[in-house]
Order: sequence, then structure tokens, then C-alpha cells
Amino acid sequence: MVRVNGENCQADGKTVAEIVLENGYERERVAVELNEKIVSKCDYDSTVVRDGDCIEIVMFMGGG
Amino acid sequence: MQNSDKLVIGGHEFNSRFILGSGKYSLTLIESAVKYAGAEIITLSVRRANTKEHENILDFIPKGVTLLPNTSGARNAQEAVRIARLARELGCGDFVKIEIMRDTKYLLPDNAETVKATEILAKEGFLVMPYMYPDLNTARDLVNAGAVSVMPLASPIGSNKGLATKDFIQILIDEIDLPIIVDAGIGRPSQACEAMEMGAAAVMCNTALATAGDLPVMAEAFRQAVEAGRKAYLSGLGRVLMRGGSPSDTLTGFLHD
Repeated sequence: MVRVNGENCQADGKTVAEIVLENGYERERVAVELNEKIVSKCDYDSTVVRDGDCIEIVMFMGGG
Repeated sequence: MQNSDKLVIGGHEFNSRFILGSGKYSLTLIESAVKYAGAEIITLSVRRANTKEHENILDFIPKGVTLLPNTSGARNAQEAVRIARLARELGCGDFVKIEIMRDTKYLLPDNAETVKATEILAKEGFLVMPYMYPDLNTARDLVNAGAVSVMPLASPIGSNKGLATKDFIQILIDEIDLPIIVDAGIGRPSQACEAMEMGAAAVMCNTALATAGDLPVMAEAFRQAVEAGRKAYLSGLGRVLMRGGSPSDTLTGFLHD
């Protein structure tokens, strides 16, 4: 199991690029953390997630 | 005046002294809010992506407007640093507004943690604009930590209560060499005007517009108020008499001769 934005997903063995795409996000419009460390966009294709990993995918929203 | 009177933050020049928030109103109103406010800087937050929302706020912000991501949601320096790094990874520049709150009732900023986060992020090359409770000692610490502006609150976030901290903001304006940008709590154009008359470098508003009856018209009212206050400050306000009055017309005296 991998935690993606707080929810458990069967994403073991997938790359960050695949997870971003499968969730319907544009990779240019998100930032990704793997276990609280930022994954650079150029590493999305080569970074594979494993059981127990925690992914956060964030984007800009309205705020003051 | 427009051309020579620039707001300079971290080496970046702006003509507008009204910073716009983008929270709590429809994305479709952002373009007209920016236009009527004359805003050149807009704040954003960084949040978990949501698969249900397919609209992206960046598509609604006119080109050329500087993005100022905030660290709202952070409860300490470490969380603020984490959010700031994510914001920069989103690829829209080096500006960040530090916002650290431990308390959810009054939403008051934690000044000590704000100084810590400012120091870390300034060293990483961020242009740090810390939101803070107006305290001179903290403001000096923020200067030493490498902040590019200081953003004291007027009253609690979202309260629209105006310049409750007026005297303490004035101290910051008088003593701190960075731009003092009044942020949070400004509810009316007259309050924004007053802050500018005091010598604030800029004013930031969100809730005042988001809760107004007609957002674009209120945005324009704020723009005019900020411009009026700035002009009044630059021209030098007339003096105040502590006692008595002073005639504004020359006494002819002939009725008494």
C-alpha cells in the first residue's frame, strides 16, 4: 500500500509520473513529495514508489 | 507620480500598492478582481491536489501578475518551510508569504516560529514576506533573518475589523527600513486609505473583497483608497491642533474697525 494524499492506494511499483497521470493531474501544475522530500519533475519517470511510501501531490489554490 | 513612485520588494518593482488575496471567492471573479484592484501581486495557497476539481487557479490569473504563495496551514517553522519549498517547486517564482498559526480561534501568527522560517528560507534564496503580529523586536529579527518586507496584521484574519493595531504598525513604519505591508483585518477602503496615509508601503486584502456585495466594484474602491492614501502620505498630511481652532481665511478685520 502507498498513501497518496492521505488515502491508501495500490500503487506499489508505479512511478511518480504514473501516479500523477492516473489521478488526472497535469505534471506541470503539481508538486510532489515522497516521504516529505520533494521529487523534482525530471525524476518523476525514474522514481518508483514502494509499499509504505507516502506521496503528497499539491497545487495552488485560492488563499489570502 | 505613478511612474516614479515604485513599490520595491526584494529588488522587484511594482506600481500597484494593493495586494490581492484569491481565497473564498469564485475563480471566475479573479480576473475582474485583479483588473479593478489594479493588483500586480496576488496571493495563493498550496493545498493537496483534489481529483474532483479540474479547474486550475493559474488559468484564471492574468499574465504578468506576480504570484505570492502563502504557507497557511503551517503550525510551526518546519511546516512553513516544507510548504514554501513545495510552492517554489510549483514553479512560479521565489516569493513566499510566511504564515504560521498555532491558534485556530484568533488565527494569530506565531512570531517566534515566523522568524525561524524566515531565516531558513531567506538562506535558500526565497524572497520572504512574513505575516506577523506587529512587534518591533520581532520586526527587527525578521530584518536580520533576511525578510524582504514585513506584513503586520491590522486585526485578526478575515475579521474586517480594521486597524486595531494602528499604533504598533506606525512604530514599524517609523523604525523598519523594509516595506511595511498591512495584511489581515482591513475591511473597508477607508481603513486601507488610513494605513497608506500612515506610510504603509502597501495593503493586502482578501476577505474585505470576498464578503463584499459586489466584488469588482469593491476592488476598485480599494484601489482608489490605497492610491489616495499614498498620495496623502507623499504630500505630507496637514498638522493637527491639540487645542482650539485656526481660521482658514484671512481675517479682514473691517467689521471691527
